[in-house]
Amino acid sequence: MKGQNSDMKQSKPGKGGFSDRKVDRAFYWMAVPAALIFTLFLYVPFIQGVAYSFTNSQGYGKFAWIGFKNYWALFRDGRVGHAYIFTFLIAVVITVLVNFIALFISVALNGKIAFKKGFRAIYFIPYTLSVLVIGYVFKYIFMTPLPALGQALHIGWLSQSLLTSERYAWIPIVFLSVWQAVAYSTLIYLAGLQTIDTEVYEAAAIDGANAWQSFWKITFPLIGAFFTINLVLTLKNAFNTFDQVVALTAGGPDSKTETVTYLIYKGGLTGGEYAYQTANAVMFFIVLAVIAFIQLGISRRGEKV
Amino acid sequence: MSQTKQIGSPDMSRSSSGPLPHRSAFEIRLHNINWWLTAVVAVLSLTILVPLYFTVVTALKTPAEAGTFSLPTSWQWHNFVDAWNKVNYPKAALNSGIVTVCAVVITLLTNTFVAYAVARNMDKRFFRFLYYFFIAAMFVPFPVVMLPIAKQFGSWHMDNVIGLILLYVVLGLGTNLFIATGFIRSIPTALEEAARLDGAGTWRIFWTIIFPLMGPINATIAITTALWAWNDFLLPLIVLTDQSSQTIPLAQYVFSSQFATNYPMAFSSYLMALAPILIVYLFAQKWVISGVMRGAVK
Repeated sequence: MKGQNSDMKQSKPGKGGFSDRKVDRAFYWMAVPAALIFTLFLYVPFIQGVAYSFTNSQGYGKFAWIGFKNYWALFRDGRVGHAYIFTFLIAVVITVLVNFIALFISVALNGKIAFKKGFRAIYFIPYTLSVLVIGYVFKYIFMTPLPALGQALHIGWLSQSLLTSERYAWIPIVFLSVWQAVAYSTLIYLAGLQTIDTEVYEAAAIDGANAWQSFWKITFPLIGAFFTINLVLTLKNAFNTFDQVVALTAGGPDSKTETVTYLIYKGGLTGGEYAYQTANAVMFFIVLAVIAFIQLGISRRGEKV
Repeated sequence: MSQTKQIGSPDMSRSSSGPLPHRSAFEIRLHNINWWLTAVVAVLSLTILVPLYFTVVTALKTPAEAGTFSLPTSWQWHNFVDAWNKVNYPKAALNSGIVTVCAVVITLLTNTFVAYAVARNMDKRFFRFLYYFFIAAMFVPFPVVMLPIAKQFGSWHMDNVIGLILLYVVLGLGTNLFIATGFIRSIPTALEEAARLDGAGTWRIFWTIIFPLMGPINATIAITTALWAWNDFLLPLIVLTDQSSQTIPLAQYVFSSQFATNYPMAFSSYLMALAPILIVYLFAQKWVISGVMRGAVK
């Protein structure tokens, strides 16, 4: 008789709002080993990373504690600074474009169009594909057919490969990210649009509202929660842009398209800057945490209004 | 977020499903269709279809002919054979298959009971702590732990397929727990109490009652885990060191840095990398979309 009959019942709350009832031991066997493995594979590496950031380790061999030297060096490293600025700029551009396009497509897919299911299936395809592999396809498109098109149409900036241009190499990276991320965002918006009762639109139409008004006055406020989810998710993914850079530019030309994640990988695992890049990773974590808090604050305030 | 919980099983086709009693209803529906909007949606969908078309035609051309959107003048089917041998495609596909299947099965068999234990004991301080302990991992960006994980797995001799599978199971736990606990808490406890009175233990209750009831959430977890494990590039890149354990994306990475000049052969290999998931998606499209959507709106 292992089971306790009182397990599932809400017994009197103990101190601090927590219950005093006895928990069946099996529940501990379910959760505690997982917590230990989780600690071993996630929290221990995290703490190790923080510890290594105060050393001069190359990832192997002897090392010494050097205090905050890595961090001071980070602030004076132009390549690191550029990676941060680049990552933030493309993250913002990607987030804006993805949400703008996904909103438009989801409203259209939710509208009175023919072959609804077929189009929905097509628009979701990019989410199922490997970013790296489809990235190689786009790399070739940006390298050969597109410059040929630019030459034929006499468009100066398009006549050469965008990938090798210091000024324009960000465009293919943003394009690939947006191309892929729109699929998932569209799906979330579609889920949001389905929670809206169509009678609301009929009432608005009777009152003489046009499509534009009914979108901004009815649709957009009603899917506000989904807009927030999408902003957070898109921004989070865009900050970690990696596969796109590997597939398209490998950070070039002249390190101009390195994202922070790419720099951490490249410098830390292949460039002998193990400790230095763990410091970079810790700094990246702090910066992202600050942004997350700001985002949380903004969305809280938005919900109160 | 309370409004999002109402849509348990999204049905996007509300307007187009249901019986059509007679022709006139069909005609009314046709009349209601906005053909301008349909045209816009169709044109925009070309941004997805044209790159896929380009992949297929380029894969079948000669190197001299590649680089345009035209159909091949002579179909070079041998490109696929060449790429198959050059990339060692069967080995990579087998590795990807093993990683994906094992990651999905082990994730389903473990993450679900962790979620169950946490969801049913949220009134206890310890389990409430565990809930936040697992969820917090969702907010640790992977680059932060990437370098220590790469180093650790090397020194533990887990820089292989087994280590990779384990990482998918562990790193997915936060999100899966988040999706599953809400669902489990919506299952009434009456069934479990009745089974308990009949003498069933907690494990048996979980496997015979709760796990089958979690069907829709299990589908969501399975689909998102499968797509992640199959397409992921970063984890195999930092964990796998032995060439014989390469997954498909990693094999493509190595391949394209070695033989980058023969584009049709490279594209045959890209197409073979993309094809398995495209074929599965073609047949299970409705199921995949509703599964991913259920996870998204949680």
